[in-house]
Amino acid sequence: MAEVVLLKTKGLTRHFGGLKAVENVDFQIKEGEIRAIIGPNGAGKSTFVNLLSGRIKATSGSVEFAGEDISRMPAHKRVRKGIAYTFQITNIYGSMSVLENICVAVHNRLRPSLLSRNHVSEVDIEAEAAEAAKTVGLGDRLEEVAGTLAYGHQRLLEVAMGLALQPKLLILDEPTQGLSDSEIANFKEVVREVNKTTTVLLIEHNMDVVMTLAEQITVMERGTVLAEGTPDAIMNNAAVQAAYLGASA
Amino acid sequence: MSIHNKKLFLLCLATLAGLFVLQFLLSDYLVLAFTRILILAVFAMGYNVLMGYTGLVSLGHAMFFGAGVYGAGLSSYYLGVSLPVAFLAGILAAIVLSFLIGLLALRTQTVSFMIVTLMFSQAAFLLILYFSEFTGGDQGLTLPTSARSFSLFGLEVDMTSDVARYNLALTVFGVVLLGLFAFTQGPVGRLLVAVRENEDRTRMLGFDTYAIKLLAFTVSGGISGVAGALYGLMFGYIGSAFAEFKISIEALLFTLVGGPGTLLGPLVGTGLMTLLFDRLSGVTTAYLIVIGALLIVVTLWFPTGILGTLRDRWLPWLK
Repeated sequence: MAEVVLLKTKGLTRHFGGLKAVENVDFQIKEGEIRAIIGPNGAGKSTFVNLLSGRIKATSGSVEFAGEDISRMPAHKRVRKGIAYTFQITNIYGSMSVLENICVAVHNRLRPSLLSRNHVSEVDIEAEAAEAAKTVGLGDRLEEVAGTLAYGHQRLLEVAMGLALQPKLLILDEPTQGLSDSEIANFKEVVREVNKTTTVLLIEHNMDVVMTLAEQITVMERGTVLAEGTPDAIMNNAAVQAAYLGASA
Repeated sequence: MSIHNKKLFLLCLATLAGLFVLQFLLSDYLVLAFTRILILAVFAMGYNVLMGYTGLVSLGHAMFFGAGVYGAGLSSYYLGVSLPVAFLAGILAAIVLSFLIGLLALRTQTVSFMIVTLMFSQAAFLLILYFSEFTGGDQGLTLPTSARSFSLFGLEVDMTSDVARYNLALTVFGVVLLGLFAFTQGPVGRLLVAVRENEDRTRMLGFDTYAIKLLAFTVSGGISGVAGALYGLMFGYIGSAFAEFKISIEALLFTLVGGPGTLLGPLVGTGLMTLLFDRLSGVTTAYLIVIGALLIVVTLWFPTGILGTLRDRWLPWLK
């Protein structure tokens, strides 16, 4: 794949009062990549991806997506541009069925205007939603009420909703948190499958997942980028080891 | 066109057929009572769009009911327009007002939203009293005899006839019910529920949730106005009592009892409560105490109302 920069930030900064959650971050991700962001708790990873998705407004700095400056764009418009975000804490519609959950996502893509006369039928919406469910392995649970699903399945539903948007960039915020080993193995397969069509940005604590999936790793600490490189390079980086092991740097 | 929730659609048709037959079985007194119930049920159904489906509790819907009453009543009283035109004027007034109030009130959430809608509504109520030379204030205005009948498409309708009133109310109720079926059971309805269930999630699926809420608010206010316009014109009287706080609470109570977020819940709640008030007011003048007690009981033990409980236990399609 050609080396096209999909997303680029310049001097991205977010302060919460006196806390510098994200400080002057320059970051790039190329189309087709699987990128992991790692770092100790409180390093600013979640805040950083929230700045990308628009859920949190930046104090300063810019975000450029597919060649367009989206720094001032509200979150829902960024989603329409192709940035999908899946929540760290499972965030689904508990009382709706699995199918209905995904339908809301498909609806956005097929019928973007609230009162449009562009008649995409419910049948089409449901067909695409069922397809997304199949991709993550929820194809035989379409009618189940989402809130009653096992935790691992809820996480997968969360990913399916992201997928149904057919995003250019899929941001996964700690997707394997709370999953069992077999569920994690399945999840890795899902991400590889998704990556055939989508760039993936992953925040992850599970080092095994990071090392097997990511082509590039960005390490954050105290709101700034500490290091960036291939998994091997990162493993052998002295500064990273210091940050993780707490040795004096 | 494919109908999504066929069982509910059939139940709606059966309900309308049942209500039509009812007029041949009931005493004159009860036919009049059911005429009022049908109109107030339209009001509660409008309220339910916002409160039940979208999850926004307004304490100010009396102002939209009142906008319907006064929009229709004043244009009939002062401009002498025919009743159908006055009816449309009432609806239009409610739609415009709810859109404008929605623009402002939807910047707040939960408790602040309740307070802001309440304040706007009280301001509207006080304006009616302040301009009582024009509005009739709490004394109200009685529409002239010329406004007690109309003809539409060659059909002569006499607003003093019980039969005509019942069937007119039933027609409007039926149109609103089927309209709301289409609105709530399709893709747009799913978005309203999505906002109710999880607004942040819905935004992150690419929806402008403010626009969705504004749509729900305007539809909700507009339908409340339909009920108000019909009520004022049908009984030939407009007065500030129609914009009182109590009216907002009644819409809330009817919806809560019947089942918020169910299409037929408001009808059930309005029917039960109206008949109950009717009996109670014969026994005591302090029937508002009973309303208060019921609100507490329903909120504590039956938060999903009668049809909501049925839906959760046995009939998942009842929504």
